[in-house]
Amino acid sequence: MGMLEAILLTVITAATPLVLASIGELVTERTGVLNLGVEGMMVMGAALAFSATQLTGSPYLGILAGIAGGALFSLLFGFLTLTLVANQVATGLALTILGLGVSGQIGEPYAGMSGAKLQPIEIPVLAEIPFIGPLLFRQDIIFYLSIAIVAGVNWFLFRTRAGLKVRAIGDNHASAHALGIHVIRTRYLAVMFGGACAGLAGAQLSLVYTPQWVENMSAGRGWIALALVVFASWRPWRVLLGGYLFGAVSISQLHAQAFGIGIPSQFLSALPYAATVVVLILISHNRRTTLINTPASLGKPFVPDR
Amino acid sequence: MSDVGASGGSPLLAVRSLTKLFGSFAACNGIDLDIQPGETHALLGENGAGKSTLVKMLFGVLAPTSGEILWKGEPVRIASPGAARRLGIGMVFQHFSLFEALTVAENIALSLPPGISLSRVADEAATLSRAYGLPLDPKAHVADLSVGERQRIEIVRALLQNPELIILDEPTSVLTPQEADRLFETLAKLKAEGRSVLYISHRLEEVQRICDRATVLRHGKVTGACDPRRETPASLARMMVGSDVAAVSAAGTTVKGDVLLEANHLNAAARTPFAVSLKDICLKVRAGEVLAIAGVAGNGQGELFDALSGEFPVSDARAVSIRGKAAGNLGITARRLMGAGFVPEERHGHAAVPALPLSDNLVLARNQSDRKTFLAGGILGIIRNAVVRIASRRISETMDVRKSGEDPAAGSLSGGNLQKYIVGRELDRQPAVLIVNQPTWGVDAGAASRIRQALVDLAKAGSAVLVISQDLDEIFEVATEIAVISDGRLSNAYPAQDMTREKIGLLMGGMHGSETSPEAAHAH
Repeated sequence: MGMLEAILLTVITAATPLVLASIGELVTERTGVLNLGVEGMMVMGAALAFSATQLTGSPYLGILAGIAGGALFSLLFGFLTLTLVANQVATGLALTILGLGVSGQIGEPYAGMSGAKLQPIEIPVLAEIPFIGPLLFRQDIIFYLSIAIVAGVNWFLFRTRAGLKVRAIGDNHASAHALGIHVIRTRYLAVMFGGACAGLAGAQLSLVYTPQWVENMSAGRGWIALALVVFASWRPWRVLLGGYLFGAVSISQLHAQAFGIGIPSQFLSALPYAATVVVLILISHNRRTTLINTPASLGKPFVPDR
Repeated sequence: MSDVGASGGSPLLAVRSLTKLFGSFAACNGIDLDIQPGETHALLGENGAGKSTLVKMLFGVLAPTSGEILWKGEPVRIASPGAARRLGIGMVFQHFSLFEALTVAENIALSLPPGISLSRVADEAATLSRAYGLPLDPKAHVADLSVGERQRIEIVRALLQNPELIILDEPTSVLTPQEADRLFETLAKLKAEGRSVLYISHRLEEVQRICDRATVLRHGKVTGACDPRRETPASLARMMVGSDVAAVSAAGTTVKGDVLLEANHLNAAARTPFAVSLKDICLKVRAGEVLAIAGVAGNGQGELFDALSGEFPVSDARAVSIRGKAAGNLGITARRLMGAGFVPEERHGHAAVPALPLSDNLVLARNQSDRKTFLAGGILGIIRNAVVRIASRRISETMDVRKSGEDPAAGSLSGGNLQKYIVGRELDRQPAVLIVNQPTWGVDAGAASRIRQALVDLAKAGSAVLVISQDLDEIFEVATEIAVISDGRLSNAYPAQDMTREKIGLLMGGMHGSETSPEAAHAH
């Protein structure tokens, strides 16, 4: 395996959790709900996935536990913001803080244990392609899922009627309600999809990226995922692009240190955020593009008048 | 749909003592209403009379507190708009329930039953819109369309469901006379097909022109049912308001004085892709004059207001003069200090902060122009609450602002009352120049008449008044001079008595050679 291949492999591993958490949050935000609790849901997913794997010995059950944990945890956010109409920003922040705390409790008995690493699944024939094969077709299931979910979300949003309803709710929830679309129900489902994706991203962290449990192991990736959604201007394929770009930047800082390139690591760590600011400036420059892509009801509470 | 008209005598839709309570407030109180197959039925009433609440119940958006809705004689419960559509009721909302980020076809597809592909929706919409004379491009994004085109989407969307009853809420408030004519032709086609129309409006003349019967609402109750063609506008207005609506009187000769407001080759580039650039605008308003500027929405009215008020100053100082002094490059406060007053189009969020009480809104608008009156303590700028309260009460009394409590939040007032307060807030300063954009948009007849009279009176007292409006009735009521804005260009101003609706209609579209052909002109 060549040097470049090894680097690219680490980029893919670093990018996958970002892509997963972002694509989930993208769907949530497309319905007009801003869930800032991605970090909390992610770290819950990581803790649950690792402990379930330790208990059952099966990383696949661990993945399921991570997904279910993230989804259930997001349900709490959904209940507070959608049913009780609490402030979305405050609730999201609380979810993150709560998630970091609770996950520490869950993962504590397993701290320092080395876990069963999720084994790659080799896809016959394709895996034999030189260079690309080992990179893309000798990967773990979570990587395959991440690509499938991005493709699926893109297809769902722009090719299906349900996806059209999701976009309509995000654009104008009052009109959507007037048309008889179930705004709250759809938002619950979208919030839970976001939670499930964040939980899966967490499972990737504790089963693939670094197969062990460390407190706060999400290490800010949930926030990068949130920035990525804006970076992608709520377009699924751009999440993939952005996720790999950000993944590459975070990996390059490790390699830069290894090669002794004199760029302060803090500067490289800040790059994803700086890139987000630049993208925000670029997309806000063109009002029409913003208007058509940004969910106009994002963060606004909805109470049907009845 | 051809058999619908034949069911002689029994109503298509009947409403029996329908009531909707919000808390203890009865928005609709024991309403009875019959709509016959194939009739065009008007629902008349002032803002807050309960028209919207009633149709929302008919369309399943609101649930009635008590009472009964009968559809073809059968009692029905309309739980959702979907249920209403399945029965055969279509609705065109006043505030369009469109999704700006979606395309025309996507917007239409959302209200259709599942299982129809988007391309088929696009084809059907294009066919249907042509058949009813409402051309539409299914692939266009709604954000890029004009108000008139947006209304077409709403109508086509309702028609695609093949409804037996179509409810239209204030459909012509956003249209040119020619566009309105086209809409009336569409309505005539619907009627010929045996469909019923429930037509909500406060424009009496239209109701008389196209409706077979009218039901009048006031304070949530039915106050009259009549054949509008046998009534006069005055008698209809009396049923709506409960007393005679004061006709705006422009009587009494006014002496025209000096030019107080002047625009001299005013140019302004478009600030956003959706905006219109102002091109070489020249106008003069003398003391004692009311210059009304007619035009279809989105032809530069907002931009003209911004340039004249100083919300967006221009670089050429002499492009705008107030009382003979160059003001083009000055901001809004400086222009207010020169004796001008301004009332923008948007009440909520522009002319007033909805969540703040009226008194705070008064201070916000006038703390610079009347600093000495309202603020104490020099640079500290401490608000003199007592003075503000008195001024606020004076404005409310002068303009007959009806409100709940002494100093309620601006947003809690009805549109008409808030607008009266906002106009009164400017009039209270006795401005030498007053510039108003759409002064009575969405305002009920009583309030509109009060506001128009105030504008006429101000001019008679020797001020120069500029009114930008889409409402031709209003323009003919208040104006001494009329000009037309189209695509950012302003026509010459003509004396009001020399202008006709036809002439205005032609100027609205004809100047830049599209929109209108002479034969489409209004036959009035």
